[in-house]
Amino acid sequence: MSELPDTARPAIAHGMRLQWEPAQEAHVLLYPEGMVKLNGSAGAILSRCDGVRTLAGIVADLERTYGATDIAADVRAFVALALARRWLELRA
Amino acid sequence: MTHAASAASVTARGVGPPLWLLLELTYRCPLHCVFCYNPTEFARTGPELPTADWIRVLREARALGAVQLGLSGGEPLEREDLETIVAEAHLLGYYTNLITSGVGMTAARIAALKAAGLDHIQLSFQDSSRQLNDFLSSTRTFELKATVAALIRAHDYPMVLNVVLHRLNIDHVGEILDMAERLGAQYVELANTQYYGWAWLNRQQLLPSRAQLERAEAVTQRFRERVAGRMQVYFVVPDYFERRPKACMNGLGSVFLGIAPDGTAMPCHAARMLPGLELPSVRSMDIRAIWYDSEAFNRFRGEAWMKEPCRSCPERVKDHGGCRCQAYLLTGDATNTDPVCDLSPHHHLVTDAVARAARSAPAAARGEHVLVFRDHRTSIAVVPGEPRRT
Repeated sequence: MSELPDTARPAIAHGMRLQWEPAQEAHVLLYPEGMVKLNGSAGAILSRCDGVRTLAGIVADLERTYGATDIAADVRAFVALALARRWLELRA
Repeated sequence: MTHAASAASVTARGVGPPLWLLLELTYRCPLHCVFCYNPTEFARTGPELPTADWIRVLREARALGAVQLGLSGGEPLEREDLETIVAEAHLLGYYTNLITSGVGMTAARIAALKAAGLDHIQLSFQDSSRQLNDFLSSTRTFELKATVAALIRAHDYPMVLNVVLHRLNIDHVGEILDMAERLGAQYVELANTQYYGWAWLNRQQLLPSRAQLERAEAVTQRFRERVAGRMQVYFVVPDYFERRPKACMNGLGSVFLGIAPDGTAMPCHAARMLPGLELPSVRSMDIRAIWYDSEAFNRFRGEAWMKEPCRSCPERVKDHGGCRCQAYLLTGDATNTDPVCDLSPHHHLVTDAVARAARSAPAAARGEHVLVFRDHRTSIAVVPGEPRRT
């Protein structure tokens, strides 16, 4: 698989919906007749995938928000996984 | 598709919210399918809930955490307020799934449903004629489905087809899949008939043979390889051919809440048949009380109700003893192990049914067994949920 460029703009895939569910205290990803409950970091990453922000921008925002460093590789790996599962798609 | 049950891990401890809400808006249906899971006594149930009650149900369930919404029936397009219900559900934050035969779908209605915020349409494929032999050659049916499929694609919905399989059509699974491909389907669910309601009445005529099943699976696998990357095909094996039961509803009262047209609240689609289970009505009880407090929704939670061999079985946490309705239909006692399980002392009831159906196939082909079609007049006449041993 080719490496995701820093300029990639991931977005929630067509037909999927991401939303915060107070009853589950989690972000969930909704799709036809199904649902994935996301853990905290997955929710934090996916909620920033709006098709406008770049991968580099998402990493920077997460580092700022959570006071974290060295998370780029983890974020990239999760975005790749979410693309493979068709939770995300890339916008031009 | 992956069913809402996949979300069950959310509720592994204690009683979680009813994440999956199914509204059976009406029992009215222009079709007469012999495999319908609706109760055979549907024509004797009370009047349908008015719009305002459906909206109240949506609000109360959403407040508890319901998020996946199925709209079915009967044929939900028979309800003229479907668009109003979808619009309210969308505003409340549900992911809305319409489960329809497509009969009654028009360009105007699909545009209105899209505008109301409908997220997804599952188009099911049945034979609308009484000539099951016409299943594939019925031009009218194909043209209707093709028209609705085109509308679905034109409104930018994923094209999801559901086909119910049984002895009389399972040998045509290759043609069915080719048709699905021509319709532009992205997802196809080949769901073998489950034997409840009308399908239970017709079980002996609908159960396929093991050889039929194996051929159909092989054809499906070859098709999958050919369309890999373009189409996804799910093949749901009829549980009569399994040795372990399905984790029905992930356990009753775990994630699923169904509301029948008359407002009866159900922990599974078929629960109306269970004797002694007094199902609450949304007409007289709110959703919170129904879900958390009613005796009917608590009856089969946890494991206290289980008998042997489930009670001491390590797999009970996985399959919750299988299906209560199947246990009742086959053994007469809803607290028995689902006889699909080969550890059940009643497992022979399942294997006998399969063997009997295989023996009766030639007679059925000669038309000596009569199929019972789902219609109003028959529904008035049949005895509800009565186990039938032919």
